[in-house]
Amino acid sequence: MDDATPAGAFPVEIRDLTVAYQSRPVLWDVDLAVRPGRLTAVVGPNGAGKSTLLKAMLGLVPAASGWVKVFGEPPARQRRRVAYVPQRGSVDWDFPTNALDVVEMGRYGSLGWLRRPGRADREAAIACLRRVGMDAFASRQISQLSGGQQQRVFLARALAQGADLYVMDEPLAGVDAVTERAVVALLQGLRADGKTVIVVHHDLQTVPSYFDEVALLNVRLVAAGPVEDVFSPENLQATYGGRIGFLDAPGAKATAASAAD
Amino acid sequence: MLSAPALLGVEFDYTLRNVVMGSAALGAVGGAIGSFATLRRQSLLGDAVAHAALPGIGLAFLLTGTKATGGLLLGALLTGWLGTLAVLAITRGSRVKEDAALGIVLSVFFGVGALLLAYIRQSGEAAQSGLDRFLFGQAAGLVAEDVRLIAVVGGGALLAVALLFKEFKLLAFDPDFAATLGFPVTPLTVALTSLIVVAVIVGLQTVGVVLMVTVLVAPSIAARQWTNRLGPLVILAGFLGALAGATGSLLSSTVDRLPTGPTVVLIATAIVGVSVVVAPGRGLLWESVARRRRDRRTRIGSVLADLATLSPAPVSGGALPVTIATLASHRGVTPRELRRPLSELKRRGAVRLEGDGAVALTSAGEAQAAAAAHRERLWRSALARQMDLPGDRVHLSTDDIERVLAPEVLVALEGDQTTGRTLGTGDESRATGLNPDGIGMTVSGLPAGGADR
Repeated sequence: MDDATPAGAFPVEIRDLTVAYQSRPVLWDVDLAVRPGRLTAVVGPNGAGKSTLLKAMLGLVPAASGWVKVFGEPPARQRRRVAYVPQRGSVDWDFPTNALDVVEMGRYGSLGWLRRPGRADREAAIACLRRVGMDAFASRQISQLSGGQQQRVFLARALAQGADLYVMDEPLAGVDAVTERAVVALLQGLRADGKTVIVVHHDLQTVPSYFDEVALLNVRLVAAGPVEDVFSPENLQATYGGRIGFLDAPGAKATAASAAD
Repeated sequence: MLSAPALLGVEFDYTLRNVVMGSAALGAVGGAIGSFATLRRQSLLGDAVAHAALPGIGLAFLLTGTKATGGLLLGALLTGWLGTLAVLAITRGSRVKEDAALGIVLSVFFGVGALLLAYIRQSGEAAQSGLDRFLFGQAAGLVAEDVRLIAVVGGGALLAVALLFKEFKLLAFDPDFAATLGFPVTPLTVALTSLIVVAVIVGLQTVGVVLMVTVLVAPSIAARQWTNRLGPLVILAGFLGALAGATGSLLSSTVDRLPTGPTVVLIATAIVGVSVVVAPGRGLLWESVARRRRDRRTRIGSVLADLATLSPAPVSGGALPVTIATLASHRGVTPRELRRPLSELKRRGAVRLEGDGAVALTSAGEAQAAAAAHRERLWRSALARQMDLPGDRVHLSTDDIERVLAPEVLVALEGDQTTGRTLGTGDESRATGLNPDGIGMTVSGLPAGGADR
C-alpha cells in the first residue's frame, strides 16, 4: 500500500496469507492492508473465503503460511481493540436469553474471569441497543425478534466491546429496509468516530454508496483499494468469472448469489 | 409398647433418607449441568460417557477386587473419559461425523463392559459384588457414605458452574465470539465436558449406565418450557432433576423389585410431558389456545372487511343487507363456517341478522368494517413489500397494524393506498383507489432505501 504509512499503522495488515481446510486452500497468498478510519467491503462469490479472511483477522483460524497483524501485533494480543459481528445464522436464536443479555456479552471480555456484569455494564448495553434503535426490545427473548432485529442486536453487542476495529460478517444479508438503513447509519457513525470497519458484503449494487474501500476476493485477492479505483467491471469479472452482467442495469437489485445462477 | 415400631420407623427413615437425599442430589447435579449439554447439542455425549463407564466398573472390580462405590466409580470415570477422548479423536482424525462417532464409542465400550460383567458373573462373584446394579441403577443400596460422595463431588461441579457461569453461557451461545473476546475456548470446553462426565458418574449407581442420559437431558428440556433465561433455567433444571430423582428413588425403594433407573426416567419424562403441554408461552396447550383465538379474530376481521366491500352503498340510513351465501362464497368458505363469527359480531352489536339468511352492518358496525377493510389493504401492501416481520406476529386483517409496523412504514403504505401501489387480489374493482393494473406488483425496498440505489 502506501509507502508513506508507518509500520503498524494499519488496523489490519495481512502478508502472504494461506489458509487451508483439510489440504484444500480457502485463502491463497493474500496480501492486504486495511486503512484506518475507512469502511471497507469484502466481496466475492460463495466459497471465496470471505468469512475465513475475517476469522483469520480475528485469529480464529490458523494460517498455513503468512501472517496477520492487527494494529501491528498478532490478533491474539489485540482482542480488546477488535469487535466481531458473526453471521446471524451462526448461533441458535432459541437460546434462553434476551436482547439485553446478548449485548452484555460484549462486555465480558473486559470484565475478565469470575466477575459478573453489573449495573454499569447493563447501562452500557442499553445505550448500545439505543444506538441501533432496539432499546425498546431489551427484554425480548431473542427468538421473538425478526431477522433484522437480531442482526441489530449483534451489532449492539459489538458496539458494547468499545473497539477500534469492527469486523462484520454479512450484517446486511437478508435484512429489512429499516435495518439496512440503521446499519448503514451506524457504519457511517463509526467512521465519523474514526473507527475502522471491515464488512463482508454480498450486494454489489450498494458497494459504491456504502463503502470507501473494497477488497475483491476469490480465494486469491483480486484487487483492493478505494472503491472508485478498483471496483471496475474488469476486476469484478476477474472475481466472479464470466457470470456477471448486471452492473450496467441500474436499479435492478442483483446480488452475487443471483448473478451466479 | 411404642418402642418397636418407633425403632423401625427410625431405621426406615434413616435408609430412606439416604436414598432420597442421594437421588435428589444426583438429579440436581445432572439437571443443572445437563442444561449446558443440551444447549450445546451434546446430549448424546452424556449417553456415550455413561455407557463407556461400564467397562471401567468391571475393570476396577477385576483389578482391585473392590466393592466400594468410590473405587468402582473411579474406574467408571476413567473409561468414561476415555470414551469422550475417543469421540474427539474419531471426529478430528477422520471424516466420520460426530453422531456416528458417538454411536461407535457408545456401543463398543458398552459391549466390552457387558462382556466383563458376564465374565465376572461366570466366575461366581457377581452375587457379592452386585455390579449389575450399575446397569439399571439401584437407589436402595445407597448408604450415607455414597450420599456424602455424591454431595461433595456434585457440589464441587455445581460450584464450578456457578463460578464459570458467564464463560459457559458464552461458550454455549457463541463459541467463536467467546474466542474473539480472548476466552480460552478449548480449555473451557474441556472443563465443561469434564463436568458433564462427573455429573454422569455420580448418577451411575442410582440410575444406571443405560438410562443416565435422561437425568442430563429431561430436566433441562422441561425447564426450557418455563423460562427464557439461562440462570433460572439451570436452577429450575436442577430442581426438577432433584424432584425426579427423589420421587423415583422413593417409589423404587418402597415398591418391591422396582429398579430405580427406569422409575426415575419415567417420572422425569412425565415432568417433560406436563411441561411441554401446559407451560405458558411455549406449551402446546397455550399455543393451540392462542392459535384458536387468533383464527377467530382473523375470521371476524375478514367477515367485517368483506361486509364493508360487499354491502351495497346505502341510499340513506344504515347499510343494506348482504346474503350470508354471498359472503361465504366471497371468502371461499361454507355458510356454516360463518355462523360463529357472525353471531359474535351480532353479540357485539356490529351486525344484525335479517330473517331471510341476510346480514347487515349496524351503524356501529359500519365504522368497524371500514377500519377492518382498510387494515386488510394495508397488510396486503405490507406483505407485498416483503417486509421483514416475525411471522407469528402478523395476523392478516385483524391485528393493529400500528402496533407492528414502524410509523414511517405506515406513512409509506398509506401513500401506496392512494397511489395504487399494492398487491392485487384479483378483484381490484371492488376496492376504491386501486390502480386496475396494479395486480401482483411487488416493491423490493422502501422509497428511502431505494432512492440511493
